[in-house]
Amino acid sequence: MSAQTIAQNEQLVMSERKKQAKIAKSALRGTFLPLVVLIAWQALGSAGILPVQLFSSPSLIATAFIDLVKSGEMAGHLQISLTRALLGFALGGFLGLLIGIIVGMQKKSEEYLNPSIQMLRTVPLLAITPLFIMWFGFGELSKVLLIALGAFFPLYLQTFLGLRNVDKKLYDVARILEYSRLEKITKLMIPAALPNILLGIRLALSSAWMCLVVAELLGADRGVGFMIQDARSFMQTDIVFVGIIIFALAGKISDSFVRFLENHLLKWQDSFKA
Amino acid sequence: MVSALEIKHVSKTFKNDQESILVLKDLHLTVNDGEFVSIIGPSGCGKSTLLKLIAGLDLEFDGKIIVGNHQVSGPSKDRGFIFQEHRLFPWLNVENNISGNLSLKNQDTRKRVDDLIALVKLKGFERVYPRQLSGGMSQRVAIARALLRNPDVLLLDEPFGALDAFTRTHLQEALLEIWERNKTTMVLVTHDLDESLFLSEKVVVMDAKPGSIKAIVPIEIPYPRSRTSKSFQELRSHILNLLDHHPQDKEDWSI
Ligand SMILES: Nc1ncnc2c1ncn2[C@@H]1O[C@H](COP(=O)(O)OP(=O)(O)OP(=O)(O)O)[C@@H](O)[C@H]1O
Ligand SMILES: [Mg+2]
Repeated sequence: MSAQTIAQNEQLVMSERKKQAKIAKSALRGTFLPLVVLIAWQALGSAGILPVQLFSSPSLIATAFIDLVKSGEMAGHLQISLTRALLGFALGGFLGLLIGIIVGMQKKSEEYLNPSIQMLRTVPLLAITPLFIMWFGFGELSKVLLIALGAFFPLYLQTFLGLRNVDKKLYDVARILEYSRLEKITKLMIPAALPNILLGIRLALSSAWMCLVVAELLGADRGVGFMIQDARSFMQTDIVFVGIIIFALAGKISDSFVRFLENHLLKWQDSFKA
Repeated sequence: MVSALEIKHVSKTFKNDQESILVLKDLHLTVNDGEFVSIIGPSGCGKSTLLKLIAGLDLEFDGKIIVGNHQVSGPSKDRGFIFQEHRLFPWLNVENNISGNLSLKNQDTRKRVDDLIALVKLKGFERVYPRQLSGGMSQRVAIARALLRNPDVLLLDEPFGALDAFTRTHLQEALLEIWERNKTTMVLVTHDLDESLFLSEKVVVMDAKPGSIKAIVPIEIPYPRSRTSKSFQELRSHILNLLDHHPQDKEDWSI
């Protein structure tokens, strides 16, 4: 038995290593196209074929980025944008999770709340923006609330779905093992719904970034979105690109963070073995 | 003999929107303390329903079910249940599935979980998740999970039905070993006549539409039993004859 076990473990380790090698290879292949584009862009810009005024070039963008960092301008914009995004995400995400849990666990609250929330969900967020500006002005409140709204729906929906789809047969097991009410929630429902909740967090984060961009482009006097708008009016294409890249990076980093969480919390699932 | 389980005039009706179906009709059965009883009968005759009633998972029935001097009023750790599918929690590894809501930080629990893992021959798989286990291994984890609670009665609903013949035989022997060691009262639902003859002291033969007890056959062959012995074969044809009165159900029997 134990020899067999060791052999099986060894096999697991081996296949794990092979997988990692595969992942490294495919990551390398993924960087190929971006590199080609960057080189071509720089070459065409330097040769004067692409108008630098409109298309900038990688080296100009890099210089602009370094200047912005050195002057401390970048840190200021980034700080205010991050604060807005985090506040909004925390507010909307928390409410989405909380209401999702309540609605997912209680049939009655589902009947009261879910139809209304589902109806509101179909309204495009951008269509509500003018209302928010009318109600809450151009200040921080309207921005944070818009981001919160963007984060709320995905997290609410996924939490609710996850809890609703908990395998009913496992409830019988929990009853026979005499799980308390609290244990049923913490040791059955939440772990079973976790894949959906994490998916909800990921969708909520990307929705929060989207709303941040919209809020800052529409009207702000600070923040990365404002930096883009400001640069646009002065035809500073390189700074516009810097702003876009910052948003893209922020999205990528938050996405990787959730993936990291998934890899750790969902290692029991087939699809998260890597 | 003390009785571990008494089923008195139990009837069960499922009510749909319009019609109501009588699934169990006036069942009467006593299981002695430490006895091994199997229940066998055609598909749909209400075997699973009966086990659920005994487990206390469903309280809407007529009659009385008494387990160890108490009328059943809900599920309890004292009545372990092993389902046809293993029903492990996919997010818990083997040892956490076995311990469930009991903490492995508790010295006593820790030791008993380790002992049970050895008993069901899963040493080395403590940290493995259910998706990495075979069907037979998963079912052994489910058995260990039930045994950890020291049940007075173990209810088994076709626990080995989905397994290959080789694994099934192995688990049948393991179950006998556990029974002989712990003297747990066993109620085993099965489709497999040989399984019931190999394991139990008493075979309850059920009839369908509505589900009722047709005969209770004592199996007085000493353990360990040989499936090829003469007395085994005789009892086998005797029970097959009992079942033969319903030719339309014949194909349901795995022989
Ligand atoms: N929740 C339910 N609602 C309505 N009818 C049900 C319900 N559960 C079971 N039944 C009916 O009760 C009858 C007995 O079902 P049960 O699952 O107990 O049969 P069984 O003897 O275990 O069959 P099998 O050997 O195929 O597992 C079946 O006719 C089934 O359709
Ligand atoms: Mg059944």
